[in-house]
Amino acid sequence: MTISPSSLDQVIPGQGAMAPPSAAPTRAKRRRLRYLANAKATTGLVVLAGYGLLAVIGPWVAPYDPDARSGDVLQPPSGRHWFGTTHLGQDILSQILVGARSVMVVGLIAGVLATLLSILVGVTAGYLGGAADEGLSAVSNVFLVIPALPLIIIVTSVVEQASDLLVALIIGCTAWAWGARVLRAQTLSLRRRDYVEAARATGERTWRVIGFEILPNLTAIIASGFVGTVIFAVMSEITLAFIGISSVSSWNWGTILFWAQGQQALAQGAWWWFVPAGLAIALLGTALALVNFGIDEFVSPRLRTGGRSRIRTADGRTVRMRVGFTPVLAETAVPAPRDGATGEDGRP
Amino acid sequence: MRFLLQRTAFYLFTAWAAITLNFLIPRLVPGDPVQSLISRNQGRISADAIASLRVLFGLDRDQNMWEQYVDYWRQILHGDLGLSFTFFPTPVSTVIGDSLPWTVGLVGVTTVVSFLLGTALGVGAGWRRGSWVDALLPATTFLSSIPYFWLGLVAIAVFTGPGSFFPSSGGYEPGLVPAFDQYFVPSAVRHSVLPAATILVSSMSGWILSMRNMMVTVSSEDYITVAHAKGLSERRVALGYAARNALLPNVSGFALSLGFIVGGTLLVEIVFSYPGLGYQLFQAVGYKDYPLMQGIFLIITVSVLVANLLADVAYLLLDPRTRKS
Repeated sequence: MTISPSSLDQVIPGQGAMAPPSAAPTRAKRRRLRYLANAKATTGLVVLAGYGLLAVIGPWVAPYDPDARSGDVLQPPSGRHWFGTTHLGQDILSQILVGARSVMVVGLIAGVLATLLSILVGVTAGYLGGAADEGLSAVSNVFLVIPALPLIIIVTSVVEQASDLLVALIIGCTAWAWGARVLRAQTLSLRRRDYVEAARATGERTWRVIGFEILPNLTAIIASGFVGTVIFAVMSEITLAFIGISSVSSWNWGTILFWAQGQQALAQGAWWWFVPAGLAIALLGTALALVNFGIDEFVSPRLRTGGRSRIRTADGRTVRMRVGFTPVLAETAVPAPRDGATGEDGRP
Repeated sequence: MRFLLQRTAFYLFTAWAAITLNFLIPRLVPGDPVQSLISRNQGRISADAIASLRVLFGLDRDQNMWEQYVDYWRQILHGDLGLSFTFFPTPVSTVIGDSLPWTVGLVGVTTVVSFLLGTALGVGAGWRRGSWVDALLPATTFLSSIPYFWLGLVAIAVFTGPGSFFPSSGGYEPGLVPAFDQYFVPSAVRHSVLPAATILVSSMSGWILSMRNMMVTVSSEDYITVAHAKGLSERRVALGYAARNALLPNVSGFALSLGFIVGGTLLVEIVFSYPGLGYQLFQAVGYKDYPLMQGIFLIITVSVLVANLLADVAYLLLDPRTRKS
């Protein structure tokens, strides 16, 4: 059994758990802020917050009723209609603002449901092992291999005019498998650690070991799985609306694209009809992906894109920094080494 | 060999699960959409076809679940997937047989090409971590966040139009008869360029990213340092030592995400009215053609399983550890 660094620093005075109590709050704070220090994560979170705000206030700030018809048929963007109008004179900006809520709500519900399922299946399988593990892993692998989108399409199509909530539930029930697989793998590696063994040896109940010893260490993976599922759920919802399976009477960005496609917006050159909705989707997807990169880099520092990788030294040579190498720079302009002791380019 | 047998057993199990899902879904949902389809087409459907639809969608309420299930399997194994209502009165199996080659050609080829290209680019990006290539990563993220079908819409708006080289819809020039001759093949290729490019652009970035991350992880391993210390050329270390080991997780990732990718690429067919399975699925949705929808779901699942098996064979060839024991 190896001693992990974290258990080492607990016994070194002045560090870890033995540190004077006054230092603890600042350390914790710094650790929490370290995630935000990541530019990608911050950008993603700010954009996400913007979408969240839109989802809340969108229907109130929309300048027109998204269903209201008007005489301005198929107008390009102008002062009165910022994103132009549809074939019925409906305001596209209003449709996008109103649709944001449906997209965000479905993404959130499906994400939460799928994450809960993946924790339930993945952590249970990883922790219990044996026959339970075999069975649960087989189920999640089956769900992974079966093409998710066609499955969602046939399930949703059987229900007439599926509501947002139902779509979210269907997506949530089919999208948990990937998260479960990742969580299982991580739980497997955690459950033999010393502190888990110790908890078990002191007679903690199974649910308490899982809830208080294992789950906190899975937080980053759960978060990244959640974000991934939200991306998938948003895309699936929009796709369902785009091919006209879910209810076409409520607005989301897929519905806008559904009408644009059905009314030959392309052939009529009405680019404003489908471009804003697509960009809104892409920006939301990018923001979520950036948050995920932030989490990944937070967990595994190797993935961070280092600062400058080429460094110019005082004597004008350039050294390329690489993982696994420690460049050693000669002090002065390298006179011919008399005893040949110093390495030239510092390779170990 | 044992590895392959295990995998095959798993895929058979998955196929069983998918077919059982297909059996259960129409039976769990209240209401009888198929019954209304049949009564609407009363008099136009033969008694045989009605009987087969009753078995497929569980309209015989007097039978118990188990008998229905046995009948269902018997019929599936005979290749009888019912009648398509979209292309009345063609059997579903014929409709699928006509469109499958198009999908395999377009989606199959582009998926493999995007995996190979993306992996190759990822090797470069991961090996030169911290160079200008990293600056391109956010752009690929943005591209992969765009829904496939929307990119297709934009491609149609930008590249097609009167007098353009690229046609905006269809799989070949109307009026041509599908055959391997000098008229049909160039036309089919010309019609597939835009859909293929759309799929490539949006699916490649995922592979670039995952391969880059694997390369970064692998290149800090000790054996890479040793390879450098031996004085091997940069190229040899990058390809023979780092990329080779980084490739394995990517290949198994490829197998696992095939289901997701195929789902997305089917949408491209819808936008381009490409005569493959995705477009048929779209039409089936519009006509509420449940037999065709279910048939397509089954075929897509089986194809993905076969592709998975092929990916496993590739894995077997790449990783000597699986061949031991």
